[in-house]
Amino acid sequence: MSVTEPQTPPLPTPLADSAPDKGGPAQPLLIVRDLQKYFPVRGGILGGKKAVVQAVDGVSFEVRKGETLGIVGESGCGKSTTARLLIGLLEKDSGEIIYDGQDLGGALSLRDLRRGVQMVFQDSYASLNPRLTIEDSIAFGARIQGLSDPVGRARKLMDRVGLAPDRFAQRYPHEVSGGQRQRINIARALAMSPRLVVLDEAVSALDKSVEAQVLNLLADLRREFGLTYIFISHDLNVVRYISDRILVMYLGEVVEIAPVDDIWSSQAHPYTKSLFSAMPSMDPDNRTKEPPLAGDPPNPINPPPGCRFHTRCRFVDSVCKTKVPALRPLTAGGQHMAACHLHDLGSGHKLAGKDVLS
Amino acid sequence: MTAIDPLDMPVTEAGKGYWSGVGARLIRDPLTLICMSVIALLILSAIFAPWLGLGDPYKGSMIARLKPIGTPGHILGTDEQGRDMLARLIYGGRLTLFIGLTPVVLAFFIGGTLGIVAGYAGGWVNTLIMRTVDVFFAFPSVLLAIAISGALGAGIVNSLVSLTIVFIPPLTRVAEAVTSGVRALDYIDAARASGASALTVIRVHVIGNVLSPIFVYATSLTSVCMILAAGLSFLGIGVRPPEPEWGLMLNTLRSAIYVNPWLSALPGLMIFITSLCLNLLSDGVRSAMNVRD
Amino acid sequence: MTTNLVDIRNLSVRFTGARTVHAINDLTLTLQQGETLALLGESGSGKSVTLKTLLRLLPPKRTQIDGAIEVNGTDVLTLSGRKLQAYRGEEVSMVFQEPGLALDPVYTVGDQIAEAVMRHKRISKVEAISTALDMLRRVRIPSPERRLKNYPHELSGGMLQRVMIALALACRPRLLLADEPTTALDATVQIQILLLLRDLQKEFGMGVIFVTHDIGVAVEVSERIAVMYAGQIVEEGTTREIIKDPRHPYTRGLLAANLHDAARGARLNAIPGAPPALETRPDACSFAPRCPLAEDRCRAALPPVHVPNARRRVACIHANAPLAVG
Repeated sequence: MSVTEPQTPPLPTPLADSAPDKGGPAQPLLIVRDLQKYFPVRGGILGGKKAVVQAVDGVSFEVRKGETLGIVGESGCGKSTTARLLIGLLEKDSGEIIYDGQDLGGALSLRDLRRGVQMVFQDSYASLNPRLTIEDSIAFGARIQGLSDPVGRARKLMDRVGLAPDRFAQRYPHEVSGGQRQRINIARALAMSPRLVVLDEAVSALDKSVEAQVLNLLADLRREFGLTYIFISHDLNVVRYISDRILVMYLGEVVEIAPVDDIWSSQAHPYTKSLFSAMPSMDPDNRTKEPPLAGDPPNPINPPPGCRFHTRCRFVDSVCKTKVPALRPLTAGGQHMAACHLHDLGSGHKLAGKDVLS
Repeated sequence: MTAIDPLDMPVTEAGKGYWSGVGARLIRDPLTLICMSVIALLILSAIFAPWLGLGDPYKGSMIARLKPIGTPGHILGTDEQGRDMLARLIYGGRLTLFIGLTPVVLAFFIGGTLGIVAGYAGGWVNTLIMRTVDVFFAFPSVLLAIAISGALGAGIVNSLVSLTIVFIPPLTRVAEAVTSGVRALDYIDAARASGASALTVIRVHVIGNVLSPIFVYATSLTSVCMILAAGLSFLGIGVRPPEPEWGLMLNTLRSAIYVNPWLSALPGLMIFITSLCLNLLSDGVRSAMNVRD
Repeated sequence: MTTNLVDIRNLSVRFTGARTVHAINDLTLTLQQGETLALLGESGSGKSVTLKTLLRLLPPKRTQIDGAIEVNGTDVLTLSGRKLQAYRGEEVSMVFQEPGLALDPVYTVGDQIAEAVMRHKRISKVEAISTALDMLRRVRIPSPERRLKNYPHELSGGMLQRVMIALALACRPRLLLADEPTTALDATVQIQILLLLRDLQKEFGMGVIFVTHDIGVAVEVSERIAVMYAGQIVEEGTTREIIKDPRHPYTRGLLAANLHDAARGARLNAIPGAPPALETRPDACSFAPRCPLAEDRCRAALPPVHVPNARRRVACIHANAPLAVG
């Protein structure tokens, strides 16, 4: 039997000095369990605690090796806080972060986590030190981690993200365009040889035509180096294009998580449904007639009890105001999960199981 | 290999260092250049005063007292003890500039360090440092300088100490504000996420970005400091006679104001010119240091 | 003369100073009474400068303006003093991207709307407050009586933008300029504001020029779209024409970059490079360096403007060859 298959893409070659795989292909690269982060709001002369922002509250999910998980949600939903918790820029209040089978704070030190997980920020200007040359910015992390030849590494990556090292290495961030700066930020993240890259609104500030270039670059890099992405964005079109699975957050909680095709064809949580309906129509003959939701998202300070979405939900019932819905699969063992009483026959919601969403 | 999108975007002038850019902008600013030359001239003449062929600033003459400006042999006249004004003004620059600049330099390092630590660390460290600094803000700076100098006693060293203490709080506050601003930027987070220690992050990413605003603010304080130092001498709790110092000279010539007003105004004029030039210089440096323009 | 509400003829705007920027180059645009036009373009395309020129908000010392602008028969470029003040507010008003920055934090929203009305119409404070209340009701703010006494910081982003719209419409202008008014808002709030603007446009019958970088937003609010690139309008037509039959390669690139129908994971047909810096006035097609269809003649001279129908035009030599990008 002939075994040559010319269509097979070349196997990804991990970045030089990448940490070796520990758990094997079946072990998710990242497991997050019951992650919680509250911020005290201080006030008054003595700085006493006035209130608490429940930025991230009981968030759990997994990221498999080699996949792209898209995280969507509106401002105050906790997606950026989650990102910062994952790379240890913020300290979690409670919960577990397990990277390749090792528990952060247990078998895994913060330093090792940062070797494995890197981040690309939204604001390409604010995320580069204006006083460092592009080469120095990219080489900084590798130098800190004691990796060999940081400058050579930086130049190689500049070349890979499409910035000719001879032309750009000695330039300063304000001398290049926004799209080029975002390429620098990507190169800087990759210079640490991470396996997981958190992209926090990494293309949102770019012009549409430049955004497409950077998305192509991200897709190439993922394939080439076998990277895993967490892609945070408010733009559903972009998230759908790049992600394998989508996670939807609302006021610090996960309301739905599913493979992208499943969630695109049917949204199980009323909030997800509204978020999708709020996308501008691209058909001039079939414009949006009615806004799916009224008002703004509530403040994450003192969020509503029970289901946090109940104040804006069309299907609200008494159970929603008191009982927090659990995130559970729609079908036993299925990958599409939602946290809504509508899908829980035992919840006591009068419309439970009635398929009112479609 | 996958194709890279062409990036044929025109880039601005060839990559130059930050400081050469600052220099280029300074050269195109005549006012700042003039002020810089005046200050340089004052400093140089003060340093090289003994070799300028001036008269003895201490040697008085009972008969040649309060000669007007333009007297032969005494171009700028003589003071109330018959000492040559030109020599005293130039020699006076030594002490005046020394007392005017040293406290700011010391306060720049002490206050700058405190402010950067407070701004970067945040939390209770910030509260401790900044609330302590706030206590000093409760007193007007003149009053504070007089009170500390008065308590320590007259003398040059004590003036330096008291003025340094006066200028630490404002510099700490500015350094803290600038550092907190920089601390919130993503590149600091990116550096932390690469595993760098707080000290490394401060050294590589914070100092370079906060130094110029603190420095510019410190430059603007030198004129205040000079005036305060002169004020202390004027009140008799700074430099003691017969040392030539502009503030002290202003004090001793005070009584001659009805006899020869122009002569009495000379030390004041020196203080005025120096502080004006320092202020304009600090403004010029500030705009030259502004990268994004 | 026709019934054009806005008539911009051969407008050029150049910023002088440390760097010269040819922000707008020979722009011609008309808007009829009661029409909503979306000015679509990326950063630096000159769309916001066009709005600011219409309101005469550019610093006169560093700006050189050529061409002619007429709004409702008034020559805008020669207005000054009182007449300019009356023109701003009564004839034309503007909604900004950041309502939080455009409203004064020390006055209640009711006072700010009332003050704007009193400045232009000789009415009493009591009448002005009742106008303000009526405006808040029209922009569908719940419990408007209470909101009248709120300060800007007490309102959410969506509410603030509603207040901003109420303020802009309080003097019943004939022309509303909207500069990316929904860009800073969350998705579920953005669609509310877009639909509100659509309704208010019908209710008040004013003309609207809506600046945006988002094609989806343009589709939701406008009946006409003008696509801007490098300070010029490269294509103009009804929204349907632009979306269903784009002729300019740049318009097609923008539509593809919206990703709404991109195959998941497939390689995107991205427009390479970046927009020009406009330090010199373009003397050839500005898009040619990035264009997949560019030929030598594109780089030699300004492209001809094709006019397939009365109010449709495309500045491209390929305008007659529909959809052939492969």
